[in-house]
Amino acid sequence: MDKLKNDSAPPGLPAIPATWFDRKGLVQIGLLALLLLAPLAAYLLGHVYYVNLGSRITLIAMAAVGLNLAIGYGGMVSFGHAAYFGLGGYVAGISAYHAFDYSPFLSWPIAIPGSDSMLVIWLATILLCGLLALAIGAISLRTTGVYFIMITLAFAQMVYYFANSWPSYGGEDGLPIYLRNTLPLVDTGRPLTFFLLCFAGLLLAMAITSRMMKSRFGAALTMARLNDTRLATAGISPYPVRLVAFVVSAMITGLAGALYADLNGFVSPTLLSWHMSGELMVIVILGGVGRLYGPLAGALLFVMMETLLGGLTEYWKLFLGLVLLFVVLFAKHGLMGWLAGREPHV
Amino acid sequence: MCVVTLTLFLEQLINGLQLGTMLFLMASGLTLVFGVMGLINLAHGSFYMVGAYVTALVTVSTGSFLLGLTAGVLAAAGVGALVELIVIRRLYHRPHLDQVLATFALILIFSEGTRWLFGSSPLWLSPPQMLTGFVTLPGGARYPLYRLVIIAVGILVAVGLYLLISRTRLGMRIRAGESDREMIGALGVNIARLYTLIFAMGAALAGLAGAMVGALQSVQVGMGEPVLILAFVVIVIGGIGSIKGALCGAILVGVVDTMGRVFLPAFFRQFMSPAEAAGVGSALAAMLVYILMAIILAFKPKGLFAAHG
Repeated sequence: MDKLKNDSAPPGLPAIPATWFDRKGLVQIGLLALLLLAPLAAYLLGHVYYVNLGSRITLIAMAAVGLNLAIGYGGMVSFGHAAYFGLGGYVAGISAYHAFDYSPFLSWPIAIPGSDSMLVIWLATILLCGLLALAIGAISLRTTGVYFIMITLAFAQMVYYFANSWPSYGGEDGLPIYLRNTLPLVDTGRPLTFFLLCFAGLLLAMAITSRMMKSRFGAALTMARLNDTRLATAGISPYPVRLVAFVVSAMITGLAGALYADLNGFVSPTLLSWHMSGELMVIVILGGVGRLYGPLAGALLFVMMETLLGGLTEYWKLFLGLVLLFVVLFAKHGLMGWLAGREPHV
Repeated sequence: MCVVTLTLFLEQLINGLQLGTMLFLMASGLTLVFGVMGLINLAHGSFYMVGAYVTALVTVSTGSFLLGLTAGVLAAAGVGALVELIVIRRLYHRPHLDQVLATFALILIFSEGTRWLFGSSPLWLSPPQMLTGFVTLPGGARYPLYRLVIIAVGILVAVGLYLLISRTRLGMRIRAGESDREMIGALGVNIARLYTLIFAMGAALAGLAGAMVGALQSVQVGMGEPVLILAFVVIVIGGIGSIKGALCGAILVGVVDTMGRVFLPAFFRQFMSPAEAAGVGSALAAMLVYILMAIILAFKPKGLFAAHG
């Protein structure tokens, strides 16, 4: 009876344990190996540019993993995840700015100095993105459907305009990070080291998503997406389940943003713009919505299109638009659906 | 001092109304399309851009603004109808996520296509000669006539839409389409044609807005996007699907946004240094309409005039 619905809705619980060597397992290993080995090979051949390109793909994939948790697994179509991506970026940027010239971030009511330690920045990012998502989610999740889409978009625009017109941290012009933030024992300034750090971040984000979705919480989230009345009947209120997933999703995206700012040595309101939200969504869809490896496949495809087509024509986004339109209209299971076959349904 | 403030207030109030009427032209199309077809259309800002570009091009080549405006509105309607026939009608039964992505793809195609054809530098369009004068407001300030004409056009459109929807056969079908899609199909109304018509009408209104604003600002790629997002705020505040909500929301947002930008920095200047006041004031002013939206939604999650239940 629910065949139609199941086809259009992304699959939830990975009910059948995948072996590593069936088609899907091989595709997944292949994607990970490609993302890991290509920058390693580029490093050995001395092409630093491609190592950084690998970091870029990894971080965009990580941001999309966060968004996929909201859209794909939770059915919450957030059109405002740029807010968290950008907030993470600004935490890294502002903290580094104050650490660089030894000025305090806050002197009253408590003194908070800047810091160039990534550990501090990550902790601050997770806390702040979590708080922002808690506030935005608490209001937005009272609504559903189109309202939810537009409200998340509007809140992200609010953050964008705030960053744009607040003059202390560069406003429209953005804020440079002169020295990459540091970690104990590791030289983050080296491109390969930084790439491996990003890669570890991506794996961690995917592991968290996977663990969450296999837990009782994941089952509740899936049911909240498929049929929230049924979830309520089982004695679980859907609202807090969704809110927690939304907050975790924002934290993952924010962490990717903090690393992304460090990769570029620069943060600006562009990270917060609604085009960024749109592109993150595009990546989730291109890859295959609600699939663990979807964001990875989507980010690879997106950045490769950007690099290859962008090298040929200035107007590459015209072709991105055409590809996206085609995928949405005719190939809605995305790259992972095409490469690895459909996910088995619950 | 007091008189100057009053004049300034009046002037800004009219500016706010003018922004509000523009937003209404955008929001009414969006809200109709959502109310009747259940479709969320991000590419609505592209019709705004198409209207402005065609108006600018035709006005420059013929020398007549009126001819340009007519061409701009017709072009927007035509492009709207074409887009509906080729892409949009495949999306009516899809989830909102698909609609968002497909229309996001349309934005990319329209924006980059326009950039490809006309380049990134803006086109210039000036209002027609006979509307370039000023009107003296009570209090003595001189106010540009063209902006008042825009408000008048907006009011005319609002009245026209009201009459169209409440008094004509087409309006009856639109209302019927809002409440029960299957039923009006069963009653023998050609739904596909009705949908194309509504979509083209919304696009024409967006084109009209773009053409008129194009003469105030510059005509360039991406000009529709800030307006589109404000129009979303408008229809969320007003209640998605409600024309009345779109009108109230548009005027509310237009006035609050304009007033905030002028008076908030002035307000903070009373107890801060001018530089600080400008920073805090403008940052807060930029967020004001979104804060307004959040407050309204906290009390009325379906907007002020919820159209469906």
